[in-house]
Amino acid sequence: MNGTASCFHCGTAINGAIPHELQIDGRPVALCSASCAEITTRIRDKGLTGFYRYRTGASASAGSDTTSGRWASYDRDALQREFVSHHDDGSREAQLLLQGVRCAACSWLIERAMAAVPGVREIAVDPLTTRTRLRWNPGVTRLGDLLGQIAALGYEPYPYTEDEAGRAAIMERRAALPRLIVAGLGMSETMGYAVALYAGALHDADPGIHQFLRLVSLLVATPVVFYAGAPFFSGAVRGLRLGRPGMDVPVALAIAAAYIASVWNTFKGSGEVYFDSAVMFVFFLSCARFLEMSGRHRALSLTGALARHLPRVATRLRDGRPEIVGVVELESGDLVLVPPGQSIPVDGRLDSTSATFDESLLTGESRPMRKTAGDPVVAGSINLLGAATVRVERVGTGTMLAQIGRLMAVAREERPRLVEITDRVAVWFVSGVLLLAAATGAAWWQLDPGRAFDIVLAVLVVTCPCALALATPAAFTVGMSALARRGVLLRRAGALETLSQVSDMVFDKTGTLTEHSAGIHRIESLSGRDPGQLLELAALLESRSEHPLARAFPSPATAARVTDIVAVPGQGLEGCVDGQRLRIGTRAFVLGLAGGSGAAEDAASAAQSVYLGRESLLMARFEIAERVRVEAPVVLAALESAGITPIIASGDQAGPVRVAADRLGIARWHAGLSPADKLELVRGLQHGDRIVGMVGDGINDSPVLAGADVSIAIGTGTSLAQHAADCILMGPDLGALPAAVAHSRRTMHIVRQNLWWAATYNLVAVPLAVTGLLAPWVAALGMSASSLLVTFNALRLGRVPQAVTDEPRGVALDKGEALP
Amino acid sequence: MNIIYFLIPLGLVVLGAAVVAFFWAARSGQFDDLETPAWRILLDDDRKPPPGPDKSA
Repeated sequence: MNGTASCFHCGTAINGAIPHELQIDGRPVALCSASCAEITTRIRDKGLTGFYRYRTGASASAGSDTTSGRWASYDRDALQREFVSHHDDGSREAQLLLQGVRCAACSWLIERAMAAVPGVREIAVDPLTTRTRLRWNPGVTRLGDLLGQIAALGYEPYPYTEDEAGRAAIMERRAALPRLIVAGLGMSETMGYAVALYAGALHDADPGIHQFLRLVSLLVATPVVFYAGAPFFSGAVRGLRLGRPGMDVPVALAIAAAYIASVWNTFKGSGEVYFDSAVMFVFFLSCARFLEMSGRHRALSLTGALARHLPRVATRLRDGRPEIVGVVELESGDLVLVPPGQSIPVDGRLDSTSATFDESLLTGESRPMRKTAGDPVVAGSINLLGAATVRVERVGTGTMLAQIGRLMAVAREERPRLVEITDRVAVWFVSGVLLLAAATGAAWWQLDPGRAFDIVLAVLVVTCPCALALATPAAFTVGMSALARRGVLLRRAGALETLSQVSDMVFDKTGTLTEHSAGIHRIESLSGRDPGQLLELAALLESRSEHPLARAFPSPATAARVTDIVAVPGQGLEGCVDGQRLRIGTRAFVLGLAGGSGAAEDAASAAQSVYLGRESLLMARFEIAERVRVEAPVVLAALESAGITPIIASGDQAGPVRVAADRLGIARWHAGLSPADKLELVRGLQHGDRIVGMVGDGINDSPVLAGADVSIAIGTGTSLAQHAADCILMGPDLGALPAAVAHSRRTMHIVRQNLWWAATYNLVAVPLAVTGLLAPWVAALGMSASSLLVTFNALRLGRVPQAVTDEPRGVALDKGEALP
Repeated sequence: MNIIYFLIPLGLVVLGAAVVAFFWAARSGQFDDLETPAWRILLDDDRKPPPGPDKSA
């Protein structure tokens, strides 16, 4: 704590005197503010200082006061209806989301601190999703008080209302788990009996015991086949009824055949039983499906998390007086107060002069974004500094957050071409397998009727195209959700495939490679005066201009020194600064005042020039050029090293386009193109067997975007529904583009890997099974291992590509260290 | 060897009990979150919190 002081609790740097000091674990610590001191005292007094040793980063400092009416409003039944359930014993249970929970230490702290509060029956905080279950006794305490106490620890609670999808996911999981358990326990038992049976057969055991073991196996295998295996049977029936037999058909056939034959042999008292093979098959396949389901749910929970992060109540300002209302009650035009540390509940425009927001939830961009009055703000952004007021524009389903959720849902439902193909292949494959099994059975019936059944069973089991049918969709789903976490939103799942094949990336210039606003590229002093002074003079004059180019000049502190302004449209501006008459504008216009010819005009100049002059002197030339996005060179270099040719297609004139292309090092550029010309360019490339990606701002170039193989738009904060693009970069810049391409390639690589594996496996296993070299149980083991392998392989994609942003809630204890 | 006629049914009873226990656990949502408990054990503090109201009912 010596010298470099930072707040023990929130990590803020402390300059000068230390405002608060406390004793923690026998040593003094510094705290930056009264609210941090209060939280820390509270944590210390509850004996929970272990939190500071295990947490992985600084904590939130927003210690909202527990007394404010904000929390009391949650005592209203109308507000509770959405997220509170009533138990039979009179207790109530609230589902909450907590903001600021960053690691397991936070959840530990909250659970410990809240469990000690009278009236709290139970509290459980999940640090990954920040979902919290709070059960309390309404006779002893009120929800408002409890929420206030959680907030006092530095974690803002929000009501959590489950979306439909989330509820369905939990139900699916709860249905699948018991099946898995039954199959697993049943398998371990049946295996044991099977070993005893084989060993017994070798040692000529008592036939009574032999028969007894078979009966017990039958008893254990029956629930496994009929309960745990039920999804395979229903899937097979559904597939047959739709005329598209999928992988469930051979699976169900194999399970049923093994089971029926075993039952028959058990009661007959002779012949083989296959209970162990059937049960093992059910268990391992259930495992693979369970994994696939978990991956799918994780992808789903992301969209759910987006929508759930919004606060349910807001502070509305009416005639300057704050009042607490539900977000649903807000209307367009209302003014909402957003305290620091909270998310904005609506889409709207900033009303305060300026504010800083964390938009990482939407864009994956963790840098704070500074906004000034009138700038659009979106629901879900977190207000970082000071209270902000926001003018409401869209609420609820109209917000961008809700739109993203809808788009992702649509994209998920769409089946990528590759999945379509594998599905269609699977139909033929399954039909082939059934024919093959029948033919094998017939052949062996002639050769050795005793072995025919064994071998048919092995063929059925070993050829199940699970790897084909399971792993490809899993890879797509997991890959898409990983991209979404990186701020890349796919509107079609198929875009992932095309994106991985792109050979030429066509960029629009304005707004894509360059920023929308222009900047001063160069100041050329023609009179020997200091460029800084010249710029100041020009800025003063231009502050009175309406011309778009004027915005390139910095806004001066005061425009009061400028008098007698005369604007000449299309020419420039004349005015007096400190009594001196000046002109700014085109060369001819300025020379009209300055006289003479001045410096020779550079006709080939790429940038637009603005001249400044006074009587009888041409003072300066300002080169105005579009500002190239700072990240553009890096992005283009990354694309080029990935083998993608960047091309500029701009509607702008040749000069500025050449400047931008030169600065970015792009060799191929086309200027002065109409939208139709751009489309022509893309078509031309496509005729040359190139796969063309088009990057634009998403609105102006819809036809070109639609014509390209895959289109990418930069999310501009406007309505997403208007975007024609397949893929939207939610961040403010192009930064995510190379990562998106790399990740799509990785996804396709893994899909191909899986398909190759499935094909190779079948090529090796089928001949073995047909020739009778594979026992049914070996076949079941091999086939299950193969499905598990491809599923695990697909789940690898869940890791976020090139995570330049910090995971907001990464549970990473290994890097945990107590802050100063 | 006849003991097997007693031991295997006994095993089945234990198996049945395990299945019932698992079903109850799954239904009551104990498997809904498999991440947190794994971390929680690492965080337990050796020192006792100061005497106060008892933990949950």
